[in-house]
Amino acid sequence: MDNAWSVVGIFMIVAIVLPGAALIMARLLGPKKPSPIKQQTYECGVETVGESWVQFKAQYYVYALAFVVFDVEVVFLYPWARAYGQLPLFATLEGALFILILAVGLLYVWRKGALEWQ
Amino acid sequence: MVNLGDFFYTLGMWLQGLLMRAGLNESAARGAFSALVAALLPLIALLTAVPLIWLERKWIARLQDRMGPNRVGPFGLLQVFADMVKIFTKEDITPLGADRVVFALAPVLAVAGVVGLWAVIPFAANAFGVDLNVGVLYLVAAGTLSTLAIMLAGWSANNKYALLGAFRTVAQMISYEVPLVLSLLVPVLLSGSLGLNGIVAAQREVWFVFSAPLAALLFLIASQAEVSRAPFDLLEAESEIVAGFNIEYSGMKFGFFFVGEFLHSFTMGLLGATLFLGGWTGPGVETYPALGAVYIILKGTFVYFLFVWARATFPRIRIDQMLDFNWKLLTPLGLFLIPLLAVVNRGLSESSVWLRNAALLGANVLLAALVLTILGMRGRSARMRAASNATPAPAALRR
Repeated sequence: MDNAWSVVGIFMIVAIVLPGAALIMARLLGPKKPSPIKQQTYECGVETVGESWVQFKAQYYVYALAFVVFDVEVVFLYPWARAYGQLPLFATLEGALFILILAVGLLYVWRKGALEWQ
Repeated sequence: MVNLGDFFYTLGMWLQGLLMRAGLNESAARGAFSALVAALLPLIALLTAVPLIWLERKWIARLQDRMGPNRVGPFGLLQVFADMVKIFTKEDITPLGADRVVFALAPVLAVAGVVGLWAVIPFAANAFGVDLNVGVLYLVAAGTLSTLAIMLAGWSANNKYALLGAFRTVAQMISYEVPLVLSLLVPVLLSGSLGLNGIVAAQREVWFVFSAPLAALLFLIASQAEVSRAPFDLLEAESEIVAGFNIEYSGMKFGFFFVGEFLHSFTMGLLGATLFLGGWTGPGVETYPALGAVYIILKGTFVYFLFVWARATFPRIRIDQMLDFNWKLLTPLGLFLIPLLAVVNRGLSESSVWLRNAALLGANVLLAALVLTILGMRGRSARMRAASNATPAPAALRR
């Protein structure tokens, strides 16, 4: 139990169980009168046409891709940010260079027009 | 002897002594105590939502020149409890064709993802759930859980509006994750610690909001977008996609999205206070460590008020403006801020604290001035172009 992560584990389990228990309690307390009309998809009173799971715009995918690239790269920077104080000045400049390469990547995405919403 | 100044430590020692008298050895008592803390802190976090909802409704009302809740109980204090009774006894409707398991899981995750952040927030020098040595990375990881919950909710409801809300989640919450993670990097950079308690301890002399105001601003904007409140409430947008991802939710499940949003906002306030406003540091914490809890709650409430203020002030922005703001301003700003601060901080690591922080502040001001100049030039050239041809070609403007 001295391991910090077991505390985090208990914490997350309790954090999931508490709202789960409240949901079950609400289910027991509330009325239950389902009917096909009540359970229809809500579209402001108009009956829904066709499939609800429609094809999505490909541009969302481009943003998600850009996010994955940047987020993963930035997470790599955390160990550097922790340690650069103890390393020689060269390590700081190297880290700065790495971030500027990231910035060039952003510039490339920008010039390609992937960041223009249309 | 009772030491009330170090209230949390005294309480912890008393409980551990109690457990040891019940027959446990010392390490088992310590383990049982931290398990107890880990089990109680989520409950406390959830209960915090009750005063928060009242506080925010009152604030918003005053900012919009209204009274706010004032019928149930003195100053409307009991309104939240009345709402709770109502929401508990509402029928729980699941639409036909919905993915039932995911539909029920999403609100639970929305709350759990926020409550999970409380595990690492240090409330005083010796009062925290757990002091992880990779606390900031844990924040990044646990913080994405609520994004996932909103995507699950929008996807599972079998509703086109909800699906549109889920799409916008991908565009918005995922995009603003990048400047958020970049701004979280700055306290790590300045303190040389990934643990939140280490970050707070490094702010004893100068708060990071003074040595890196731009990073604090990035954090403020990006976390407002992460919590998805006005001006970044595109995923719910009542007037466009009715209620977005939570359109099909009713009763307690809807309530949990509501609670999750309010709690997320306040949790981000607490995190902002921890990372940039010095956390539990303040006058007198050396002699009375329990005072730290008062300081961090006051500072966290202040940052929370900034969120509420922004919510009450700004109208919702359009999706292309929202994305441009993130990818063309906040992300490049973060990418240039970090190497700048790293080089200044490392270059002056031998000199005095005040000189180093003054240089960091100067670097921030210079970068801010540069960004404002570039923005001003771009705006002026766009206005000139618009004035020179009365019917601007849309294709040329878009380039």
